[in-house]
Amino acid sequence: MAKQYETVIGLEVHVELATKTKIFCGCSTAFGGEPNTHTCPVCTGMPGSLPVLNKQVLEYAVAVGLATNCTITQYCKFDRKNYFYPDNPQNYQISQLYLPICRNGKVEIETEKGKKFVGIHEIHMEEDAGKLIHDEWDDCSLVDFNRSGVPLIEIVSEPDMRSAEEVIAYLEKLRMIIQYLGASDCKLQEGSMRADVNLSIREAGQEAFGTRTEMKNLNSFKAIARAIEGERERQIELLEEGKKVVQETRRWDDNKGESYAMRSKEDAQDYRYFPDPDLVPIVLDDAFLDGIRRKQPEFREEKMLRYKEEFDIPEYDIEIITGSKHMADIFEATVALGSQPKKVSNWLMVETLRLLKENGMDPEDIRFSPEHLSRLIALTDAKAINSSVAKEVFEVMFEQDIDPEKYVEEKGLKTVNDEGALRKTVEEVIAGNPQSVEDYRNGKEKAIGFLVGQTMKAMKGKADPGMVNRLLKELL
Amino acid sequence: MANIISDETIEYVGILAKLELSGEEKEQAKKDMGSMLDYIDKLGELDTQGVEPMSHVFPVKNVFREDVVTNGNIREEILKNAPGEKDGMFVVPRTFE
Amino acid sequence: MNILDMTAVELAAAIKERKVTVLEAVEAVLTQMEKSEETFNCYVTVDKEGALMQAGEVQRKIDAGELTGPLAGVPVAIKDNMCTEGMLTTCSSKILGNFVPTFSSEAVLNLQKAGAVILGKTNMDEFAMGSTTETSAFGVTKNPWNPEHVPGGSSGGSAAAVAAGECFYALGSDTGGSIRQPASFCGVVGMKPTYGRVSRYGLIAYGSSLDQIGPLCKDVTDCAAIMEVIASHDPKDSTSVEQDDTDFTTALVEDVQGMRIGIPKDYFGEGLEPEVKEAVLGAAKALEEKGAIVEEFDLSLVEYAIPTYYTIAAAEASSNLERFDGIKYGYRTSEYEGLHNMYKKSRSEGFGPEVKRRIMLGSFVLSSGYYDAYYLKALRVKALIKKAFDEAFAKYDVILGPVAPTTAPKLGQSLSDPIKMYLGDIYTISVNLAGLPGLSMPCGVDSKGLPIGLQLIGDCFQEKKLIQTAYTYEKIRGPFGRKEDRQ
Repeated sequence: MAKQYETVIGLEVHVELATKTKIFCGCSTAFGGEPNTHTCPVCTGMPGSLPVLNKQVLEYAVAVGLATNCTITQYCKFDRKNYFYPDNPQNYQISQLYLPICRNGKVEIETEKGKKFVGIHEIHMEEDAGKLIHDEWDDCSLVDFNRSGVPLIEIVSEPDMRSAEEVIAYLEKLRMIIQYLGASDCKLQEGSMRADVNLSIREAGQEAFGTRTEMKNLNSFKAIARAIEGERERQIELLEEGKKVVQETRRWDDNKGESYAMRSKEDAQDYRYFPDPDLVPIVLDDAFLDGIRRKQPEFREEKMLRYKEEFDIPEYDIEIITGSKHMADIFEATVALGSQPKKVSNWLMVETLRLLKENGMDPEDIRFSPEHLSRLIALTDAKAINSSVAKEVFEVMFEQDIDPEKYVEEKGLKTVNDEGALRKTVEEVIAGNPQSVEDYRNGKEKAIGFLVGQTMKAMKGKADPGMVNRLLKELL
Repeated sequence: MANIISDETIEYVGILAKLELSGEEKEQAKKDMGSMLDYIDKLGELDTQGVEPMSHVFPVKNVFREDVVTNGNIREEILKNAPGEKDGMFVVPRTFE
Repeated sequence: MNILDMTAVELAAAIKERKVTVLEAVEAVLTQMEKSEETFNCYVTVDKEGALMQAGEVQRKIDAGELTGPLAGVPVAIKDNMCTEGMLTTCSSKILGNFVPTFSSEAVLNLQKAGAVILGKTNMDEFAMGSTTETSAFGVTKNPWNPEHVPGGSSGGSAAAVAAGECFYALGSDTGGSIRQPASFCGVVGMKPTYGRVSRYGLIAYGSSLDQIGPLCKDVTDCAAIMEVIASHDPKDSTSVEQDDTDFTTALVEDVQGMRIGIPKDYFGEGLEPEVKEAVLGAAKALEEKGAIVEEFDLSLVEYAIPTYYTIAAAEASSNLERFDGIKYGYRTSEYEGLHNMYKKSRSEGFGPEVKRRIMLGSFVLSSGYYDAYYLKALRVKALIKKAFDEAFAKYDVILGPVAPTTAPKLGQSLSDPIKMYLGDIYTISVNLAGLPGLSMPCGVDSKGLPIGLQLIGDCFQEKKLIQTAYTYEKIRGPFGRKEDRQ
């Protein structure tokens, strides 16, 4: 009988913090600038420059630590991690090894197999590297330091996960916590959240861990799932062939569906960490921690419970809406403006999700304001516009956040409630479609639908369909 | 000499430090490093059990900056000293195989 | 009075009184350079045009009453490891042979605000690693007292320039004695301030936890005036200290009555030249006669300072110097195969032997398996050394001793045996490890006609006690210097 293997997975998750400036200098962290336009002597490693810590980085790191049940290190330091690479301007990265800001945390995850805790070994603060661009034309590489010095936290889990499903549940959980804190938008595709997978296998029932490998370059949940499966298979194959797993860093190629070792003779992997003499220790008192604690937001679980009590909306809706802090904020703000929760939820669940999907966007990218959504709902409530006009207006609002009242006014989209005018149009439609009229009178109930449609068309959509129906039946 | 530095050690430290020493320099480096380490081994005479390693002499702590953008675009200055420049970036030998 | 015989403070006063113009002062040092620079090689870069241009601007500001400080209009030289915007800054290394910074060091900016005229950049041991200024990639600097001898180092160019009248004062940096020792060898006053007094922003780091910028100048009054200008809290340097006691010139008081001066017996043992010993003890005696309470004591741990220092400094240097990789600035080798070969060739060709020696040592002591045994051990001993000084300063206001065991050695004698060379730093190094202020001033001349240095060490932030003691001794000692060198 074939041996049974258990997969043991730990994660190193890098999260780019949503600060305005870099971790050690006053350069902007904004995306999309021309190469090297967000740089200064500090983040390009100019001789004589010195780092000074951005306070917001510390506050975000502590907030994430508290939200993940970590112990905060009240005397912590930065260390230098020394290695040569062109995206690393000083050829050392300022990071934390000996006294990381957070330790010993845990988060609860839920999969089909139930609930479990994943331990967090530590969270540390560090600086991001620059970007290397490969120039095929000149057969060289080009360095852009705009991302150099962007603040990161690295969240190192315990080897507590056993499947891709658990890994994804853990990542979703972290993402939710961090997004709720406003500490990062955590987008895997854009690199503001990056996960390196440490994986080993062992025979089922064994205590001791096997030799692990570290897998890098995983930029979607799908890639993570595939890489875990691929690496598990590769390691099992090695063991079955009587070979050994080598502890190494591997790069996942999602197109090919395979990984390769990143080793080279020049990579000694001996980082010679030592405390950075240019930075002073961080000493945090209880008052500081209490301050951060008081500022912690309502997290998803608490929010879900409250929604269940406060709002009469389906549980499924609650799950989707609270799945994005941004969407939940819009929901709550719109309800606070007086809109009926069920109606707000409907707009979010149906039209918003449809448009997000069609445009390949995340809930975080929603741009329309609660005020405008609330006004749109008020317009439909007042029957000032009918539902198809409302959808049309919503689409524009989704794209450009227009004020629906003004838009409806300007475009003349208000429903015609003048019964005299509508009756005249209905009479014209009846006169113009003798065949359908005949069919209806002969008992073909469906024919009325066609006539309603024709009337709406003649009214350019601006009629109340209920009223059209009533008038048609009356006149027929 | 108590500390004998091997060829492998010099080779390894050369990789870490990104220094390529000639044969003669290597021999000299082995000798120098060995005698320096012999000298540093003198510290072993001192009992430092229970002594906290001191990286900063003063209790200076909590030096922060506010999260406010203070730097503008000075790309031209940043690139001014670069041995190789192209399209506003630093040119380096290709980093991918 | 010959302009070149004036101290910095005297010159500024003369400029203020319109007896001398800034241009005359600049021209006087430029003329002196023409005479002696070929012999002494104090400078890596002389910015003649820039200095003449600054002279005009500074004079205008003085005339307009915008610059009124005690150093306004005085020409200064800057050690070549401090960044100066638009002016070559090489650290006397081939690897930075073409580096032109885009910003200036905070200390230099502070001088400029006070009306200094920057003359140029002085020669040094490459990356401040050395005690003779012989490891410079741009030639050795020679001692103005006797050009067959070294000026000391690493701020040898700064010390020699002051001694040779090629500037009125200079900035140096001191990691293990690099201001005090060349000041001693060249017969000028030099001060290493308390760590954190002067911003390190713009100082190209050697050992970041030990480096400190300070003045080299003609007398104690100049030293106090320069300290007042360069000491400042700088938010750009996290290790810079907030301070409200930078009125150093208030300590220029001729009085040591009741001043407790400790003389560490350990500083007068084997290796100390008798002539040096005699001169230094003579200074102590003179102070005692003026009412100071002078006492011998055991400082202890002195022989451990050097290995501690070389471990820490080399470790920090190995990391600080990683940024010199041929990508962003500085030297890149002309031919290479691939990235790592480019790194290795650029660095091996760009750094000199002493720098490579320390980088190798530093990389080794930090490497896997050795960190605890070497680096952490050194940090623990550093804590013990600091404690020994704390105990001493509970009893004494000032510690008095020699700066170096000998006067300036002959050129070419020191580099062959590194350990022997490192031993020359024995009296200066622990001051850096403990972050203390230290002052060096001449206290005599030996039979070879070379100046002997006296070192005064204070507790952290007690520079004023050093200045007061030094000022008092200076009055006892009388004028010092060799005017004939400039004829």
